[in-house]
Amino acid sequence: MTPAEFYQRDRRWHPPALARDYKTSLTRSPQYAAISLENTVSEITGPRFGHGDIDPLDNDLLSNFAQPGESPIGERIIVHGRVLDENARPVPNTLVEIWQANASGRYRHKKDTYLGAIDPNFGGCGRTLTDAEGYYYFRTVKPGAYPWRNWVNDWRPAHIHLSLFGSAFAQRLITQLYFEGDPLIATCPIVNTIPDAQAIDRLTAKLDMNATIPLDTIAYRFDIVLRGRRSTLFENRLEGN
Amino acid sequence: MSNTPKYLKETPSQTAGPYVHIGLAPGAAGFEIYREELGRDIAGPNAEGARIRVEGIVLDGTGAPVKDVLIEAWQANSKGVYAHEESAGEVEEGFRGWGRVISDFETGEWGFDTVKPGPTPGRNGTTQAPHITLWIVARGINLGLNTRLYFEDEDNGSDPVLNTIEWEHRRQTLIARREGGSYRFDIRLQGENETVFFDI
Ligand SMILES: [Fe+3]
Repeated sequence: MTPAEFYQRDRRWHPPALARDYKTSLTRSPQYAAISLENTVSEITGPRFGHGDIDPLDNDLLSNFAQPGESPIGERIIVHGRVLDENARPVPNTLVEIWQANASGRYRHKKDTYLGAIDPNFGGCGRTLTDAEGYYYFRTVKPGAYPWRNWVNDWRPAHIHLSLFGSAFAQRLITQLYFEGDPLIATCPIVNTIPDAQAIDRLTAKLDMNATIPLDTIAYRFDIVLRGRRSTLFENRLEGN
Repeated sequence: MSNTPKYLKETPSQTAGPYVHIGLAPGAAGFEIYREELGRDIAGPNAEGARIRVEGIVLDGTGAPVKDVLIEAWQANSKGVYAHEESAGEVEEGFRGWGRVISDFETGEWGFDTVKPGPTPGRNGTTQAPHITLWIVARGINLGLNTRLYFEDEDNGSDPVLNTIEWEHRRQTLIARREGGSYRFDIRLQGENETVFFDI
């Protein structure tokens, strides 16, 4: 019997380990080819999370670090969407974690020394579990662009970092969300580690007027796709079990 | 009607960047926000088996420590069972088998406490030697790197995954060495003795 493997990762779709315009990758990219490993129980399993692990307001960055009665500075946004697999099936009950700079482009991190102001009412991280349909949402502020040391004058487009689990360690993924219409997307050496323009578009959240709350919060849609696996025919019938 | 299979493409990866701690380990970034940070206790208080500590450092291609790395560990319990419905058997209450560790900002050293995993089933009736799966992200790493940690005091000779590595001397990069009371596992991203990474 064969484990129900995940489809192989399309390594031409993801950024390569070595991307010359992103300087840090030069010394942090393996030179040898990764060894192809057919999935075993070690890869098709992974950590599971439940509502006991997190608090209901962890997905509300407008309030999860703010003083009572106060709010962070910045454009109030909703980021929402579905987590699906490559078979277009929802990924339910999976942990989604995000982190971001505040509206000034400043991170609440002891290593960030950018001039942008720290916002006393903004932490910059959140987490949630998808529902049975794979749906998730966060409330936050739109992050600011910020400069970084790569070439002399590089600026990151506004972005939110995301971390995803799925149900298997083989699906583990970290990525970044950008905002439709941002002119810095095209200039960014990190964005452009991704070779395919269609793939970059997949990281670009789209304005979603139907999800906007009138007089309150503007909305962006961001759907996420994790690796899918073969037919369920042999699920739960692992080697040696 | 078309017979063309309809699949979605996976969302492309991007680097975790230098501030990954804010999202995944905010205490290390310098602030407390969550009731409980995830991944701090791999085995839990009820886990059976040998309590062990694993320590290491991640080095870049120049030999310098990577001081902003985040590593996640995934492992079976001492009986070789994963805390997951597709792994046959039961785990101890509170055993998750998953943890997160970051390197020290000054030295790059990292370490975690857990229990030693047992052997797990491999493909085609084989048995995998005890191992911990590691996933490594950092600034400059565009897609998380997968590797495995094996133990020098276990029988690794017939491990089916180690044996797929054509270059026998490179298998040694996946073996943690006993050093005092802990296991030492240094990870070299590039260059001499580059660690073996897997495309899973
Ligand atoms: Fe960032």
